[in-house]
Amino acid sequence: MASLKDMRNQIGSVKATQKITKAMQMVAAAKLRRSQDAAQSARPYAARMASVIANLAGGVTGDGAPKLLVGTGSEARHLVVVATADRGLSGGFNSSIVRLAREQIGKLLAEGKDVRILTVGKKARDQLRRLYGDRSIGHYDAGGSPSLAVAEAVSQLIRDRFEAGELDVVTLYFSRFKSVVTQTPTAQQLIPAAVAGEAPRIDLKGAAYEYEPDEEGILATLLPRNITTQLFSAMLENQAGFFAAQMTAMDNATRNAGDMIAALTLKYNRTRQAQITKELIEIISGAEAL
Amino acid sequence: MADKLNFSLVSPERELFSGPVDQVDAPGSEGDFGVLAGHAPFMTALKEGRLTVHNEGRLTVFEVRGGFADVTPDGLTILAEHAVEASA
Repeated sequence: MASLKDMRNQIGSVKATQKITKAMQMVAAAKLRRSQDAAQSARPYAARMASVIANLAGGVTGDGAPKLLVGTGSEARHLVVVATADRGLSGGFNSSIVRLAREQIGKLLAEGKDVRILTVGKKARDQLRRLYGDRSIGHYDAGGSPSLAVAEAVSQLIRDRFEAGELDVVTLYFSRFKSVVTQTPTAQQLIPAAVAGEAPRIDLKGAAYEYEPDEEGILATLLPRNITTQLFSAMLENQAGFFAAQMTAMDNATRNAGDMIAALTLKYNRTRQAQITKELIEIISGAEAL
Repeated sequence: MADKLNFSLVSPERELFSGPVDQVDAPGSEGDFGVLAGHAPFMTALKEGRLTVHNEGRLTVFEVRGGFADVTPDGLTILAEHAVEASA
């Protein structure tokens, strides 16, 4: 049986752990509020962008339509973009995104498609490296807070590969921030741009749109920007979801540590009392023998 | 009173302006243009420049860089890559 000193040490170390998890929980809660605001204020832009594209997409069809919108006509080569957080200690947050992506990758490979992987966030790279390391075409760190610059760099890399004719379909995996308790791993198709059903068409009340410059010109600048926007908002959603998941995980850890301290303290006190009782019996029986 | 134009200015980070206004002047890629209520559906790219919002005789100026203006019967939406409110 452990000595009293050992037990005291153990209680001390659990208490130290509890202090850390408690601090992490409070930091995550503070950061959550900020990143939640950021994610919410970025939504109007992404929503408007989607509806503008949906509106334009209806007008351009046929051979002249940009490839980013209609695809290459083939579905053989896929790029899977997996976006997670850089850090862990957030329950199943990162793993659930990676699991969804891995299932899809497995399915695509089983169908005989060519799959490339691009990771954003250290955890995505770490968790995919062992299985699919040879398929990776690049990695970016998510960074402290989501920045347009990173989103733009990722988007540029994707577009370069696409224009070089190395890719047909690009899908983004991230976690959508539903609420503090729910984050849903989500797959979103970037190329060809998914427009169907996403945004309501704008009712022009019979009038025709006028474009300056022409439709193609606008689409040609708008589509690349849309990819950047989608990446950026995915990173914002991830950031908010990550802090929510971390807060919940650390809250659980703090509670578990509390339970453990209570159980250990009880055991410690019992052992201490048993020892005192034993010493008393020894003294009394010693005195009686005289 | 004349009809108001529903105007919203959004950048990737946040919505900078949303509400009814009298008139908006924007720097289109093919030349500056003004939008009043009831403008015909119109879409254009924007160049770097000043965006002026007229409302109740007051002017609000934004510096915008890159983006699009989308005029629909419901109003004007400007998606700007970068936008900041200019100090007077």
